Amino acid sequence: MEKSVVFNNKLLPCLLLVPQLIITFVFFYWPASQAVWQSFLREDAFGLTSEFVGLENYQSLFVQPEYYASMLTTLIFSSLVAVLSLSIALLFATQADKNLKAASVYKTFMIWPYAVAPAVAGVLWFFMFHPSLGTLARPLRWMNFDWNPLLNGNHAMILVVMAAVWKQISYNFLFFLAGLQSIPKSVIEAGAIDGAGPMRRFWTIIFPLLSPTTFFLLVVNIVYVFFDTFGIIDAVTGGGPAGTTTTMVYKVYADGRLGGDLGGSAAQSVVLMVIVIALTAIQFRYVERKVQY
Amino acid sequence: MVEHRPLNDIIAYAILTLGVFIVAFPVYLALIASTHDAATVVGGNMPLRPGGHALENYYRAVFVGGSRTSREPVGHLLLNSFISATGIAVGKIFISILSAYAVVYFRFPLRKTAFWIIFITLMLPVEVRIYPTYKVVADLHMLDTYAGLILPLIASATGTLLFRQFFMTVPEELLEASRIDGAGPFRFFWDTLLPLSVTTISALFVIQFIYGWNQYLWPLLITTQDSMQTIVTGIKKMLTTTDELAEWQLAMATAILAMLPPVAVVVFMQRLFVRGLVETEK
Repeated sequence: MEKSVVFNNKLLPCLLLVPQLIITFVFFYWPASQAVWQSFLREDAFGLTSEFVGLENYQSLFVQPEYYASMLTTLIFSSLVAVLSLSIALLFATQADKNLKAASVYKTFMIWPYAVAPAVAGVLWFFMFHPSLGTLARPLRWMNFDWNPLLNGNHAMILVVMAAVWKQISYNFLFFLAGLQSIPKSVIEAGAIDGAGPMRRFWTIIFPLLSPTTFFLLVVNIVYVFFDTFGIIDAVTGGGPAGTTTTMVYKVYADGRLGGDLGGSAAQSVVLMVIVIALTAIQFRYVERKVQY
Repeated sequence: MVEHRPLNDIIAYAILTLGVFIVAFPVYLALIASTHDAATVVGGNMPLRPGGHALENYYRAVFVGGSRTSREPVGHLLLNSFISATGIAVGKIFISILSAYAVVYFRFPLRKTAFWIIFITLMLPVEVRIYPTYKVVADLHMLDTYAGLILPLIASATGTLLFRQFFMTVPEELLEASRIDGAGPFRFFWDTLLPLSVTTISALFVIQFIYGWNQYLWPLLITTQDSMQTIVTGIKKMLTTTDELAEWQLAMATAILAMLPPVAVVVFMQRLFVRGLVETEK
C-alpha cells in the first residue's frame, strides 16, 4: 500500500534517514562484517598480529567435542523451554478466555513477568532452589533427594529451564489469549450444537485455528531461548557445572572473553548468524502467508 | 461461553489461581528474604513471613553497598539503568520515526534500498556480533559511557517498521488537506502526524524501556568500572563473592528494586504495552 500523495522534496528524506543509517552502519554492518572477516583470521595471544588462515577456525570448531556438546545443550534447552512454556501458557490462556468475572485481574497478574529481566529471573529461581538455603530445596532434602544444581549437570539444566519457562509464560499467554479471542464464538457454538464436548471442541476446532499463533510463537520462543536466556545461564550456572549448561551463545561469550580466542569465537558467531537467519527466513515466509488471509 | 457449568468455572479459577501462584511465588520469596537478616536467610530455614530488617536491608542496598566486597551501592546503578533504558527508548523512537516518515511520505532515489538496509538489521541480535561491536565501541572510546550503553542497542529496525505500518494507515486526505493549507513537510509532521502517533510512540516507549532496562550481556561486556554498571548486571556480582557467604538478603532487595520499574510500567501501561507488542511482532 503505497501512498499516492507524497512530498516532492529529494534532499529532505535523505537527511531524515541520516541518523538511523549512521547508527546502523557503525553499530550493525561494520561489526557484522568484522565478525565474518575475523572468523578467517588467527590472532596471537596479545592481539597484536593477525594472520589470514582461511577456514581453519571453522575446521577446528567442528572437531571440538565441546562445540557439539554446546549444540546438543542448545537443542535440549530450547526444545524443553519452548514446549513447556507454550503448553503451560496455552493451558492458562484457555482458562482466562472463559467468561470469568475476574478474567482481567488474572490477566494482569499473569503478564508482568514479561518485564522481569532474565538475569533477575535466574537469580530468583537460584535462590529458591539453592542447595543449602533454598526454600524449595528443603522439601527435597527431607525426601533424601540429593538436589544440587551446583554440582549436578542435570539439576542445573532443570533449574535454568524452569527459570526460562517462568519468564516466557507471560509472553506466550498474551499471544495465545489474543489468538483465542479472535476465534469467532459462532464456530465454537456450532460445534457445541453438533454435540462436541469442551475437550473435543478444543482439539478439533480451537487448536487448529490457533496453529498460526502457535507456529509464530514457536519461532519467537526459539529465538528467545537462543539469546535472551544468556542472562539466566550466566546468573545461575555460568555455563557449568562442567559445561553442561553452556549453550552456543554462552560459548561465543566464554571463548571470546575468558578464552581470548577471538577467531574461534567469531567463527561461532557466524555459525549462529546462519542459524538465526534461517529461522528468521522461516518466520518471514510464515508472516507473508498470514498477511494474505 | 457455550454451556455454562459452575464446575467448569471452578476448574478455571483453580487453574488460574495456580498460575498466578507459580508466577508470584519466586518474587514473594525474594521479597521475604529482603526483610530478614543475613543469618536467617543463609541458615536455610527462612520463614515465609516477613522479618523486621526491611528498612535496614534496603537502606544498605541502595546507599551503602555490601560489606564483604566493595560493591557499588545500588542507588547509583538504578540511575544508570534509568538513563540507559530511557536513552534507548527515546533514541530509538527518534531515529525510527524520522526514517519511517522519509520512507512513507517521500519518493526519492534509493528509497527501497534504504528501507532494506534498515530492515535487514532485524535478523541479527547484538548477541551474535558481540565482540566486533565491542571493538567498534572501544575504538570510538565509548567504553564506560552512556553512549556506549545506548547507541549499539538502538541499531535495529523494530521501531521503523512499527511507525511505517502506522503511517500507512493514516488517511491520505490528511496530507492533502494540510497541503491545501500550505503546510510543508515539517508542519505536516509536527502538527498532524506527531499528534496522531502519540499512542504508537507510547507503546514503543514502554517496550523499549523494558528492553533497555533488562539488557544483560551488553552492559556486562562494555562496562569495566563498577560505577557504570546497570542494576541487572550488578545483581549477579553481589552473588559472586570470593568467600562462600554471599549477602543474599541484599541481593534479594536488589532484585526487587531491579524489577520494580519495568513491572510498574507494564502493569500501569498494560493496554498500550499489549497493543504495541502485538503490532511490533507482526
